[in-house]
Amino acid sequence: MTKDAILASIRRGLRRGPLPADQRAMLDGRLATHPRHLIPARSRVPRPEQVALFIHNVEKEFGTVDRVTDAADIPAAVAEYLASQNLPPRVVMAPHPELQALPWAGKPLLDVEARRAEATDAVSVQHGYAAIAETGTLMLPSDPARPTTLNVLAETEIVVLRTSRIHGAYEEAWDTLRRERTDPITGGFMPRNVMLVTGPSRSADIEQTLELGAHGPRRLHIILLDDDPAALPGA
Amino acid sequence: MVEITSPAFKENAARALSDPGLQKALGKAKGAFLQRRAEAVSRLPEFEQLRDIGRDIKNHTIANLDFYLETFAANVERAGGTVHWCSTAEDARAAVLEICRNAGAKTVTKGKSMISEEIAVNDHLEKHGITPVETDLGEYIIQLRREHPSHIIAPAFHLNREDWEADFRRMHTDLDPNRVFNERRDILAEARTKLRSRFLAADVGITGANFLIAETGSSVIVTNEGNGDLTQTLPRVHIALASIEKVVPTLEDATSLLRLLARSATGQDFSVYTTFSTGARRPADLDGPEEYHVVLIDNGRSNMIGSDFQEMLRCIRCAACMNHCPVYGVTGGHAYGWVYPGPMGSVLTPSLVGIDKTALLPNASTFCGKCESVCPVKIPLPGLMRHWREREFERHLTPRAVRRNLGLWAWFAKRPGLYRAVTRTAMAALSWLSRGKGAFTSLPLAGGWTAGRDLPAPEPGGTFMARYAKMQRGR
Repeated sequence: MTKDAILASIRRGLRRGPLPADQRAMLDGRLATHPRHLIPARSRVPRPEQVALFIHNVEKEFGTVDRVTDAADIPAAVAEYLASQNLPPRVVMAPHPELQALPWAGKPLLDVEARRAEATDAVSVQHGYAAIAETGTLMLPSDPARPTTLNVLAETEIVVLRTSRIHGAYEEAWDTLRRERTDPITGGFMPRNVMLVTGPSRSADIEQTLELGAHGPRRLHIILLDDDPAALPGA
Repeated sequence: MVEITSPAFKENAARALSDPGLQKALGKAKGAFLQRRAEAVSRLPEFEQLRDIGRDIKNHTIANLDFYLETFAANVERAGGTVHWCSTAEDARAAVLEICRNAGAKTVTKGKSMISEEIAVNDHLEKHGITPVETDLGEYIIQLRREHPSHIIAPAFHLNREDWEADFRRMHTDLDPNRVFNERRDILAEARTKLRSRFLAADVGITGANFLIAETGSSVIVTNEGNGDLTQTLPRVHIALASIEKVVPTLEDATSLLRLLARSATGQDFSVYTTFSTGARRPADLDGPEEYHVVLIDNGRSNMIGSDFQEMLRCIRCAACMNHCPVYGVTGGHAYGWVYPGPMGSVLTPSLVGIDKTALLPNASTFCGKCESVCPVKIPLPGLMRHWREREFERHLTPRAVRRNLGLWAWFAKRPGLYRAVTRTAMAALSWLSRGKGAFTSLPLAGGWTAGRDLPAPEPGGTFMARYAKMQRGR
């Protein structure tokens, strides 16, 4: 079998046979404990500074951020953003309970459909699972309530994120996913797809000069809900 | 495999040097990469420590590669995916074709993947009636031009804006021939529109993999455009192509390497889309592929383990080495004559296709050492190129004139008194001939050197040995 031939060739190069049981156990232990390596100091700061770092990095990467203190204000924030960008008041939204519970009825002119995205959708509203301050990165794991197409098909993506879900480093966000999620197929934690998104889509393939809006969203707008008293400015 | 023109490196390079379009593109592009990388590195004080960590993670993985590959494959299968183990490029092409046929595929979208170039999968699919569509912007124009990438992360590194406009006019014949491209953005918008329908129509999506994660059975892609995500999300079947050295143990290991990758490659702190794929669509999911395949390719890597070139398996394909290489900077990537150009290619290509056809590549280096100093996983590239030069010499592949001159040099070098006298005389003669000019543009008996570059004239103050002796006396 090809698999055996490849493994045999690797072992020939390593000048050994299959690993003995004790060494396998050691490597299994490393997988189970998944030790962290160096975590850069830049994100190891108090909560308000972590949130500020996140916002700074999103903006550095051409994303935009709006901050609201009451979840009830989110539909208005979405409507205002669309108006400010001259976009039609129509969005495809993740069928996530937190988003569906928002008072959309208060914005009757805003057409909201909860489903996966199609090619004709101009604006998507996604549920932000977590974020990483270190580089201004969103963590968007796939889920029936968080379809992947919302991240890639629309020209404009709006992500609703709670400040309590902003982590310092990637490793902390991975641990949150490990703790919170159980996969229906594997029993592990990884969903089919995890996207780490840092800013809107871009390409520098033409003369190594940056242009925004390649194949994915041209605009990435984050509505940040302040749900973490410890993360408020001056806290 | 892709046709190889590495034996003609000298002719390729000479042609590149006299190609004004290429020289313009290279001149424009190079500075941008260097500056952006330097800025990204300066923003992260821990970067040097991370390089050591990156090296150690990869070394640990290669030392236990059999274990991590088996673990990876078991976890892919646990998530409902399929792993296809392939020893050769031919095996890999056959595996991809079979998956596409089983899916009844007519068109296949592709994310950028260097291993797909290495196994020449596009030609194979086309030959069997399946249309592959490259969706990375750079790869898209390369496919329109029926060329190969000239750079491992910027495939269209060798092209100017005029080339893009001309090719789009030539190929997109359904559009108004008199349309105006005012800005680069207009070119991008046209490609976006053209490719959108391709994404929606494709039956299979093929991507590469920057990493495979043993712990979770995931394949990871890193892109800025989002084309890779459209490729692996919309079609019914996703195939990830990956060579065996892409595996790392855990998410934490991949995360540390990701901190190095984008900074070294494009000078971004992090790429726009870093995506982890694990198995196919879950029962209640509203989107995502129904099948997930990993085509795991050896194609010569396992033979590098235990050889002088094992360290090359650490490479994470960031392209920092070629971005900083003075040779790549003037010849561009096509001169190297195979899939992987620049310093990493000069080490890897001989390992994968043999030194007999590629002996010129490890010689196409000034050994300035810049590649090693920027490598995120500290591959000693000049040292590995030197190993290849030794192999070349041992196997009598070195041209006769070079061997004769090396012999002559060795004869003098073993006689230090004579050597010093001769070099002293030669330096004095060259100084006199140069008459105060800094360099020679032509020189009798050295036409082979001065045809492609200037020969620096000796600096005043005598030979190294003369200056050293003087310094010793002055102490």
